[in-house]
Amino acid sequence: MMKRSILTGQRLVAVFLLGCVLFNYPVIALFNKTGELFDIPLLYLFLFGAWALLIGLMAWVIEHRQE
Amino acid sequence: MLQAWVIASVSFAYLGVLFAIAYYGDKRADAGRSIIANPTIYALSLAVYCTTWTFYGSVGRAASTGIGFLPIYLGPTLMAGLWWFVMLKIIRISKANRITSIADFVSSRYGKSQLLGGLVTIIAVIGIVPYISLQLKAVSNSFTILLHYPDIVMPARAAAQPLLQDSALYIALILAAFTILFGTRHLDATERHEGMVAAIAFESLVKLLAFVAVGIFVTFFLYDGFGDIFDRAELVPKLKALMTVDDTGASYGSWWSLTFLSMLSIMFLPRQFQISVVENVNERHLARAIWLFPLYLLLINIFVLPIAVGGLLRFPDGSVDADTFVLTLPMAEQQELLALLVYIGGLSAGTGMVIVETIALSTMVCNDLVMPVLLRWKSLRLHEEHDLSGLLLSIRRWAIAAILLLGYVYFRAAGEAYALVGIGLISFAAVAQFAPAIIGGIYWKGGTREGAIAGLVAGFAVWIYTLLLPSFAKSGWLSLDFIKEGLFSIGLLKPQQLFGLTGLGEIPHSLFWSMLANIGCYVAVSLRRRPDVVETGQATLFVDAFRHTEGEQRSRFWRGSAQVQDLLPLIGRFLGPERAREAFLAYARRRGVGTIDQLEANADLVHYAEALLAGAIGGASARVMVASVVKEEPLGIDEVMNILDEASQVRAYSKQLEQKSRELEAATAELRAANERLKELDRMKDDFISTVTHELRTPLTSIRAFSEILLEDPKTNLANRRKFLAIIVKETERLTRLINQVLDMAKIESGNAEWHTADIDLQEVIEETLAATSTLFADKRISLEKHLAADLPRVRADRDRLIQVMLNLLSNAVKFCEEDSGRVTVRLSAESGVARVDVEDNGTGIAEADQATIFEKFRQVGDTMTAKPQGTGLGLPISRQIVEHFGGRLWVRSSLGKGATFSFTLPFDTGDARQEERRQND
Repeated sequence: MMKRSILTGQRLVAVFLLGCVLFNYPVIALFNKTGELFDIPLLYLFLFGAWALLIGLMAWVIEHRQE
Repeated sequence: MLQAWVIASVSFAYLGVLFAIAYYGDKRADAGRSIIANPTIYALSLAVYCTTWTFYGSVGRAASTGIGFLPIYLGPTLMAGLWWFVMLKIIRISKANRITSIADFVSSRYGKSQLLGGLVTIIAVIGIVPYISLQLKAVSNSFTILLHYPDIVMPARAAAQPLLQDSALYIALILAAFTILFGTRHLDATERHEGMVAAIAFESLVKLLAFVAVGIFVTFFLYDGFGDIFDRAELVPKLKALMTVDDTGASYGSWWSLTFLSMLSIMFLPRQFQISVVENVNERHLARAIWLFPLYLLLINIFVLPIAVGGLLRFPDGSVDADTFVLTLPMAEQQELLALLVYIGGLSAGTGMVIVETIALSTMVCNDLVMPVLLRWKSLRLHEEHDLSGLLLSIRRWAIAAILLLGYVYFRAAGEAYALVGIGLISFAAVAQFAPAIIGGIYWKGGTREGAIAGLVAGFAVWIYTLLLPSFAKSGWLSLDFIKEGLFSIGLLKPQQLFGLTGLGEIPHSLFWSMLANIGCYVAVSLRRRPDVVETGQATLFVDAFRHTEGEQRSRFWRGSAQVQDLLPLIGRFLGPERAREAFLAYARRRGVGTIDQLEANADLVHYAEALLAGAIGGASARVMVASVVKEEPLGIDEVMNILDEASQVRAYSKQLEQKSRELEAATAELRAANERLKELDRMKDDFISTVTHELRTPLTSIRAFSEILLEDPKTNLANRRKFLAIIVKETERLTRLINQVLDMAKIESGNAEWHTADIDLQEVIEETLAATSTLFADKRISLEKHLAADLPRVRADRDRLIQVMLNLLSNAVKFCEEDSGRVTVRLSAESGVARVDVEDNGTGIAEADQATIFEKFRQVGDTMTAKPQGTGLGLPISRQIVEHFGGRLWVRSSLGKGATFSFTLPFDTGDARQEERRQND
């Protein structure tokens, strides 16, 4: 059985909440502009960047958990 | 090169590979060496979420709504963060209760209600079958498009195929065969299909590879990387708009509601439930899936926008449907192999979804729709059948075939109609209706059966009215009037502007009203009454799933009597007699019983049997079947509440018990130590008695010897007679002294001694003692020195006792000094708060090792057996007792041959001591 590490769970929920903020109004409105960074549209870059960040955080939390 | 036979044979070859993988997976599973017991494979199989709707449809959505296609994939990523709590709980509940479908889950939670199970099944079938049609359509379309290579012809404009030449029909038939083969190989209490899962994981890899390949081709070969594509898009106003979201409240609202919708879908789509919960081999696998699955979603989405832009740039006239860009772009560039790979990728996306979804639906249809009806149909006489496992399997197989054919029929009927094209999100919105009953069911104990039914019915009805019927109307099957005018021309009832709510897209609009109705009814109806007995029992199992270990709790809510002879045939009828016997034998062995006959048909066994049956025919039907062969005594709600209270009390008691047992251990340790002390004392008492008797015997022997001489020989001359009598007198005195001292010692030790405490001037006492012993010093010609400090404060002590101590120390000093050269020094001095008396001699001294023993009773330095004893051996122990009684200390400092110094201290009288005494006397 998977031991339910409460700390791991809380970290994941924190990542979830961070994601809720990043992928929602008003934060996406900040990047919802025509314009490019490194030749990539701003919103596209932001969304995929934030997405990758969330996945990275979740991977870090999961793979560094102590059971 | 892309002739029909090539495409067909590649398709068959691919399906052949799938068959091989599934076959291998099943073989390995039978051998107990699972190939899917691996977190990566689990995460890959979860990607069954990505259907052709993702593979072809994402680009289509991106071409029309731009970046707005993304929330469908951001939602599952967010939800994965909550899986640690929510999904893990669902998995654990399902494993503990042998739940095999989402309908079973809901029905089990609310008291194993058959009605609820049937309702969930109907919602799932209505919501999902069109989605299956969509897969058939996508695969069939891709086949048709590829067939027209090198021309690019849209299937809608191609001539309609007659039924027997319709590729979709054959795809449906082949998939039905595959699903039947690997989905219903045998009835199993866990309802897991390892081979199928292995094939699905493989399909996930194929579709990802194919999509990324197209993405790379379009981005880096057709154009010069991301920058180039986006730069070109900047020049076209229509494309430029795709890079942002409309900056309006509605579009942000839509963004969030799509995210929310996909969060629910990733949990409650029947295929996701099947893969993530039912097919889960080990709940540990969930951990890696939490980040690996979102990573998969990210990878399969990163090229969506570039492909959409590339397609729109390549086919600016709109002649090519954006949904087909993934396939048509390689075709337009004469990349035949790539086009074929894309086709296979689309095939894998479609078949994966269809296979898993059909298995999940067929389980539900069989367990929650067909079986309950058949079992109630008395004229079928199913109760008399001995082996129903064959019947169950054929129901499943027919259900699979029926679902796929239903999907095909809908596809033929709908064609290019909106009701099919727009079904993706509509389907998501249907399964979202399960969320309140399930999430509420695992975190809230108050939900009741009626509440869940009311919520589902209300939510589903709103869904039909606001999404399904309008989609029919847009397809031309219904009059558009009721959309434009509202039902019965009532403006407030316009299905897409319900109660005048405008400004939301159709999905957010429907999601809002259906969730409001669903949650509202669920909560309101649940709160009308207390949950009944069965509901309370199930609620505890589900809500407290993490608190109970498996099997501990379930049987506590059951009371009644059963017979193994009844249960075994019942299970045998559904699982097959052989499998049933095996299962019972396994249970018997776990209980440490050799054979089935020895099994006791208690609550545990009944629940084991019910769980076995639940795996095969669903929880609700299993409950009915088991209840038909065992006698059950209903438990009152009060009793159930008592049991639950007891459970919490038991936990509290066990904590107290632990505490008590720790205290007990401590007490035991103390007792053991006390016992050791007592034993030691007992031994010392024995030693004491034997020593005392020994000491008494010595003078007695000599007294008796001399008395006998005097008695037997009356002629003894007077001189001898006097001599003998003198010895007798001396020995008698010694005996008396010994007995006195023993009595004295015993009195002091037992606390019965009389003490005459008074203020005493130590100097005076010492002078008096020295005067009394002066003859001793004189006899042995031993010199005496005294250094007595004058005017010291008085001490509180018993004068006679102190004299006893001084006499003892002085006579000892004399005893061990040489005649003539002996010298004894007596000192009296003051130390911090105490008076100190030293008696120093230059006698033989006492070895280090003996310095402790001389204070023990009857211990004299030297061997008392050989050397003539020079005292009773009680003087020093008594002296020490006396000094300590008055709060002082007595000790010796010496080394062999250098004399010895005996010292004692007594505290000065400060008044405290007297108060102390007075208090004690009071």
